[in-house]
Amino acid sequence: MAEDSLTLTRLREKFAASILETHSFRGDDTAIIQPEAIVPVASCLKNDPDLDYNFLMDLTAVDCLNLGTAHRFEVVYHFFSLSKKHRVRIKTQLGGKSPQVDSIASLWAGADWYEREVWDMFGVKFRGHPNLKRILMYEEFEGYPLRKDYPIRKRQPLIGPGSPGQPSSK
Amino acid sequence: MFSQGFFTSQIEKAIGWARKYSLFQYPFVTACCGMEYMATASSHYDIDRFGAGFPRFSPRQADVLFVVGTINHKMAPVLKTIYDQMCEPKWVVAFGVCTCTGGFYDNYATVQGIDTIIPVDIYIPGCPPRPETVLDGLMKLQERIQHSRQEF
Repeated sequence: MAEDSLTLTRLREKFAASILETHSFRGDDTAIIQPEAIVPVASCLKNDPDLDYNFLMDLTAVDCLNLGTAHRFEVVYHFFSLSKKHRVRIKTQLGGKSPQVDSIASLWAGADWYEREVWDMFGVKFRGHPNLKRILMYEEFEGYPLRKDYPIRKRQPLIGPGSPGQPSSK
Repeated sequence: MFSQGFFTSQIEKAIGWARKYSLFQYPFVTACCGMEYMATASSHYDIDRFGAGFPRFSPRQADVLFVVGTINHKMAPVLKTIYDQMCEPKWVVAFGVCTCTGGFYDNYATVQGIDTIIPVDIYIPGCPPRPETVLDGLMKLQERIQHSRQEF
């Protein structure tokens, strides 16, 4: 079975206590891990010569507010190895009160802007990030627009109707 | 017959004629509409036939501001500054549906029509508008310039 892929086997050997669940659907390996373990797991994926995940393809988040889960957010990492041609998806689950997870920007420089985007859109904090500030929205923007409880009609213009000091036209 | 009023209206007509056929444009291009703008400006559709073939990349030298593409709230103060920097007389063309109303970007990021920020003379709808539509809008702008009161 694909469940026996090298990556998942290696992760289960090394991080048995931190892995909540793994699955492998049609060759797509996924491991759900505890948030505290993200840096050691990511570092193992990068530095283990058999795994050699040298490319962070994507880092994003999911707001599970309406999905009936115990956790509020999932932070999802996609890694790819250019030499081994294999990929893995790592998920962590975070609570809604003050979601935070350790930054992996020290391992992959590309994580810097991804983590800033997730902070900007979802308000997930990345501990140890070198420069965690909004990347897409303006500093005056309040709230996190991709959270499911962000009001869909809420507008925060900087100038014109509805901006600070000006009444809305509608 | 050659009363003062008659003479003044002819001057206005001449100035309107001069202004409508020497439009220096400032293209404020932010998105995909820029492709249609380029097609309109290039030889096949040839916007130069209308005396508007000379884009200036300084708002201080421009007569008409072409706002081409989606304007988001973060960009809005920049657009307002550009408009303020232009000398009178000046006109604004909203190019594409995003600038007219926000288009299908009815969301937290996008300005719902640039006329909430700056006055707009001509709206060119379309996503993106075809070059023919742009030229039609340009001709409507020329008509508007010709028939408006000329200050000088």
